[in-house]
Amino acid sequence: MWVDAFIEPFQYQFMIRALIVCVSVGVMCPLLGAHVINREMGFMGDALAHAVLPGMVAAYAVGLSPMVGAIPTGIVVALAIGFMVRKSNISSDTSIGILFTGLFALGLVMITLLGGISVNVEDILLGQVMSTSNSEVYITICLTVITLCLMTMLYKQMIFIGFDFEGATVAGLSASKINYLLLALLSIVIVVTLQVVGIVLVVGMLITPAAAASLIARRFSGVILLGILFGVLSAVVGLYSSYHFNLPSGPAVALTSTLIFILSFASKWRIN
Amino acid sequence: MDRRCPCAKSQCDCCIQVFGACVEFENFLALDEVSFAIPQGVLTGVVGPNGGGKTTLFDALVGLQPIAHGEILVNGLAPGNSAGRVSYVPQRERVNWRFPLSVKDVVGLGQSGKGSLLQRLGFTSSNQVEEALRKVDMWDRKDELVSNLSGGQRQRTFIARALTQEADILILDEAFSGVDIASQEGVINVLRNLRNEGKTILMATHDLNTLADRFDEVLCINRHICAHGSPESVFTKEVLTELYGSHGEMFAEHQVGHHPHVG
Repeated sequence: MWVDAFIEPFQYQFMIRALIVCVSVGVMCPLLGAHVINREMGFMGDALAHAVLPGMVAAYAVGLSPMVGAIPTGIVVALAIGFMVRKSNISSDTSIGILFTGLFALGLVMITLLGGISVNVEDILLGQVMSTSNSEVYITICLTVITLCLMTMLYKQMIFIGFDFEGATVAGLSASKINYLLLALLSIVIVVTLQVVGIVLVVGMLITPAAAASLIARRFSGVILLGILFGVLSAVVGLYSSYHFNLPSGPAVALTSTLIFILSFASKWRIN
Repeated sequence: MDRRCPCAKSQCDCCIQVFGACVEFENFLALDEVSFAIPQGVLTGVVGPNGGGKTTLFDALVGLQPIAHGEILVNGLAPGNSAGRVSYVPQRERVNWRFPLSVKDVVGLGQSGKGSLLQRLGFTSSNQVEEALRKVDMWDRKDELVSNLSGGQRQRTFIARALTQEADILILDEAFSGVDIASQEGVINVLRNLRNEGKTILMATHDLNTLADRFDEVLCINRHICAHGSPESVFTKEVLTELYGSHGEMFAEHQVGHHPHVG
């Protein structure tokens, strides 16, 4: 009887699409999230999510999937922030703050100006993975494969640069280039995650499963693997509760990951 | 290039050559016409006051800091082209200790992008990692997190990373800050063994008293090179005054362990 609750949703095509996207997001977020939490880039992640709004609205306006607009916007913004942080005297959180509020405001103005098109602001802000289209699923799968391959190939290099930037540069690594690549991948992961949790909650999905894993796993590789388990669990459990209790997917997924974090925290606290 | 090495010998095996290098920060001259040469296989201590340009010099040698004038050659190439033959151990504050990495993980970083897929992902490590860890006497601690190590153990871990990187020049900035005397000796012994194998080592240090026992040569820097040579020859009254001002001559005896009230 209760097994039906697990199987029943997937007689619908839209739920199968949603499941694929959720699992992809659950895998990708901790891959990048493990770096984000150790390099204290959470604010950067939050900013990137907000800054892609103009790209999403522009894509809507011309009848494309918002993802198509969000991906290039995200990459350009990530590289611009990286450049600003390196080249100016303004501190990183100030430059990030300026850029992202400016772009988010632009996106909101665009929504009002393009009043004729049907933009569901709530879906953009909170995510609605059940309305994912076929093409969005294909794009998600491609981006997940690309991210997995690059993060695997550059596994040690990414760690070396985050841990000891100077040492890595001297060892002959193209540290700045790999840093920019990390930012570009971060923006890709964020755009894919937007489908599930929306702009407002992206950073939770990016950092919470990885942070929960870091409470339990001792080593970096363990943080990533356990983080992926937590990420997939959050996304899938969130999806089920979204379906059964008619909740928006974003809050359901984010709340599940927060719950996993609290349980990890409590178990660590009990051990100590 | 038809130019004499700054060591002024007709034939030499200097692997670090600095010809009149200047580093400018806006209107401030951090390094002023610095010239010197370091022969291969020598353990050199670099001393000078805080703000005297030790870190700036090291950054310039490894290509992290561009120079305004002059030229630097490392293994005959401009800095930054060493492709891993130089290894840099930065000051403790420049490393992000938040990363949960074991000793073995850090030493394995020296082989980034090399080896099988499992080695690249850090699940297995090559014999070189074990060999390097045994050389610095850290094999027993291979699974400990580097953030939990003492200062001396961290230095030995970074030295092992330089070995897996197959570097022949090691540059250590303030390697002894926060490291107790006994552990300092341990690190120095490791460095001496590497020097005997032909590695060239430059290390910034503050401790003037132990220089003679520890280093083959001493390079004194206070924005320019005040002296360079064997520890016995460099510490004249003039050099100490140039390094540390008119009270400089007191510094040599003014260290923990030499103070009359101690012990």
